[in-house]
Amino acid sequence: MRYTPHTEADRRQMLDAIGLSAIEEVFAHVPEELRARARIRLAEGLSEVQVKKRLSALAARNATPGEWSFFLGAGIYHHFIPSTVDAIISRGEFATSYTPYQPEVSQGTLQAIYEFQTLWCQLTGMEVANAGLYDGASAAAEAVLMARRVQQGRRRIVLSRALHPQYRSVISTYLKNLPGVELIEAGFDETGASDAEALARAVDDRTICVVVGYPNFFGVIEDLAPVQELCSRHGSLLIAVTTEALSLGLLKPPGEWGADIAAGEGQSLGVPMSLGGPGYGFFACRKKFLRSMPGRVVGETVDSEGRRGFVLTLSTREQHIRREKATSNICTNQNLCGLASTVFMATLGKSGLRRLAEINAAVAHETCARLVREAGLTRLFAGPFFNEFVLRVDDLEQRLSRLRADKIIAGLPLARWYPELRDSLLVCVTEMNEREEIEQLVKSLTRR
Amino acid sequence: MIFERGSPGRTSFFWPERREAPAEIPSRLLRREIPGFPEVGELEVMRHYTTLSQRNYAIERQFYPLGSCTMKYNPRLNEAVARLPGFAQLHPLAPAELIQGALELMHELESMLAEISGMDAVTLQPAAGAQGELTGLMIIRAYLSQKGNPRKKVIVPDTAHGTNPASSTLCGYDVLQIGSNERGMIEPGELERLMTEEAAALMITNPNTLGIFDENIQKIATVVHAKGGLVYLDGANMNALMGIAKPGDMGVDVLHINLHKTFSTPHGGGGPGAGPVAVKETLAEFLPVPRVVKTETGFSLDEDLPLSVGRVRSFFGNFGILVRAYAYIISLGADGLEDVSRTALLNANYLRKRLEGHFHLAYSEPCMHECVFTDRLQQKYGVHTLDIAKRLLDYGFHPPTVYFPLVVAGALMIEPTETETRETLDAFAEAMIAIAREAKENPELVKNAPYTTPVRRLDEARAARRPVLRWEEPRRDGDERQEGKA
Repeated sequence: MRYTPHTEADRRQMLDAIGLSAIEEVFAHVPEELRARARIRLAEGLSEVQVKKRLSALAARNATPGEWSFFLGAGIYHHFIPSTVDAIISRGEFATSYTPYQPEVSQGTLQAIYEFQTLWCQLTGMEVANAGLYDGASAAAEAVLMARRVQQGRRRIVLSRALHPQYRSVISTYLKNLPGVELIEAGFDETGASDAEALARAVDDRTICVVVGYPNFFGVIEDLAPVQELCSRHGSLLIAVTTEALSLGLLKPPGEWGADIAAGEGQSLGVPMSLGGPGYGFFACRKKFLRSMPGRVVGETVDSEGRRGFVLTLSTREQHIRREKATSNICTNQNLCGLASTVFMATLGKSGLRRLAEINAAVAHETCARLVREAGLTRLFAGPFFNEFVLRVDDLEQRLSRLRADKIIAGLPLARWYPELRDSLLVCVTEMNEREEIEQLVKSLTRR
Repeated sequence: MIFERGSPGRTSFFWPERREAPAEIPSRLLRREIPGFPEVGELEVMRHYTTLSQRNYAIERQFYPLGSCTMKYNPRLNEAVARLPGFAQLHPLAPAELIQGALELMHELESMLAEISGMDAVTLQPAAGAQGELTGLMIIRAYLSQKGNPRKKVIVPDTAHGTNPASSTLCGYDVLQIGSNERGMIEPGELERLMTEEAAALMITNPNTLGIFDENIQKIATVVHAKGGLVYLDGANMNALMGIAKPGDMGVDVLHINLHKTFSTPHGGGGPGAGPVAVKETLAEFLPVPRVVKTETGFSLDEDLPLSVGRVRSFFGNFGILVRAYAYIISLGADGLEDVSRTALLNANYLRKRLEGHFHLAYSEPCMHECVFTDRLQQKYGVHTLDIAKRLLDYGFHPPTVYFPLVVAGALMIEPTETETRETLDAFAEAMIAIAREAKENPELVKNAPYTTPVRRLDEARAARRPVLRWEEPRRDGDERQEGKA
């Protein structure tokens, strides 16, 4: 059989060695009525050629960039991935290794995670980072849960409505069953940033934390200084959540704004879009919260001969040691995607990461300006943005379907998540959108 | 360390166009350069990470008998198809009519997993087993709440994975531990005593982490159901069950399946995996949103399920992993999957037989896909499970799972999986037997192992006592942290 290498002779010899005449004897104690119903009713197996054909046929029924022009972001971004990334993560030594529980033979994975933690500290301006979580949304939820642990006695959690709607959903799912928590949302203002007055009304001395998007769901780069000030006045933690990690190559890092936790989605940095997963959640915070952090952490140490080496550490926080008292239930994370990001960041390096971020901001601003000037559209929000912006487009659905006929997905209509934002389109432009695509977009959105 | 390589100003990023940050972004929102960030050339990147990879053990290098981890071969075919641009380059917010192939794949994978496990409805959204557990418990809680009372406790056996109690806590439940009897199983009488109307569910792993199939499973389910509770099955050990017994027939109401175990997707040094959750029909309306639904013209997404527990993850879960698992299932087909479990059982029982007598077997019950030995016979020489594990590294083998399950002192939990040859199993058995002999004749040799690995035993206590979790630019004035750096 495929992937089971035994010959008939192997099986026979092994059964003889065990003292059985058939393997079925090993599970004879499984109740008869279970065994009788256990046959799997699926098709017969396929050859490699047939599998590829079937999967290629399914893949062909999906629209991809290249064939289509996409101006979609909203949490998952189409960016350049250098060839170094897939070359490294395809290596069996990385891809087919287990969680590094035996450090003597896992130094490759462990050191790569240590570098990953360092890169995320550098990028976010925070003191410590973990080895990664599932995705941006659950990382945001874990950040809120950690805030709740370190702010005992408080109950209110304030979310900016300009935070990614799916992130707000996941946070609410995670909190739903926990006692003594009150989830409040604060609106946004005409600049597209979290509304300062709404936040001020929502935050009180019993507030655990305030969660804001940075940049937020509308692409707006929020000035975190007033939010930070509000938080520190009430002893609440500031959680900055980033869905477009590339922006941190250009923007003032959350740590410099005084954020207590920086969390978000790392997909932008070297991971393909893949229908939104797998990517990974990043998680960084102040050092004083170290022992309350969720997830795996790698630390530096020495071996019995004094050589530098790395191990999983502080595992007394984790489920396999602490069980019901663990800081989180997470075990398997998204390690290989984290490695992809590590190689991505190393390849682009200090200047490359900034340049790629600058290119994004520049092409997005240029496209936005043309859509305003030439297509006569208006920006819904006045706040500064990175590579995403919101436009008012009359007869939006009609125009979008017309654009679709030209194989253009012009952006994401917001009404589905913000009923009050009718005829509003979230547009994302990255370095992968070619000049001709942008021309076409501007032309198609210009009323003739 | 990548940060210790390179030179200021070096980069491997080439992009002909040079653009400045737009003036519309106020400068106070911009960062200065990132101190310490890598500055290396492309060949340096490749050499650095290739060298690191060579310091790793991996299934493509050698046998990985980690109990409850199911380290089977990860077919390269699955890697190839997951990288097709029609999967890898999909945007999750593209209109449903532009991702019909992906939706069809997910819909079909859901029904294949339902068929294999004997359940009725599946969500593919959870990113890993532990998130699947949390999702499954939320479904149970939502169901019981709708009936009027979410209840307070979840019963978890002492042999369970640590994620089970941790997920219960996260779902707002107190954990009530139930012990195993001398045969490594749950005692139905003991369960009857603990199972009250306060208990929402029993979380059970079957076969459990001792590799033992609990033959009372139907009786156990009856006890739980009689008190109005539900049965949650941790599907981590599904590799033992395909074509042998379906959880859906055992009385299980909810289970999660680790695609990165039974369905061969690579572990990646700790992920990504995927933890789909399968439920019985009565619980289907509580599954997370969105659901993929078949319509007359194709497939669409349904977000409107008022009783749903909500969303546990953004978008659709780890789609790339779903593609790999789908490819695996259609490659093997029904016969192939049934052969997987039978062969996994054959291999585990073969190793069990070969090691019996050399190591103490924790339970004499027949084993399924994994078996648990202990260090009891070696203790009198001062050799412990940890030493045996480290000495195995010198023989070129990854050790079994050690010191788990917690109910077995000095556990060595061995799961060979179905993809290993008889020769490999023999070589592993011989290494174990040689170590048993060394423990007796030259215990010091074993106690100081390993000798041949890239680094020797690491000081884990030091790492935890004085956590150094990130690289920092070395200070000039004889910083004490530098002492260990070679």
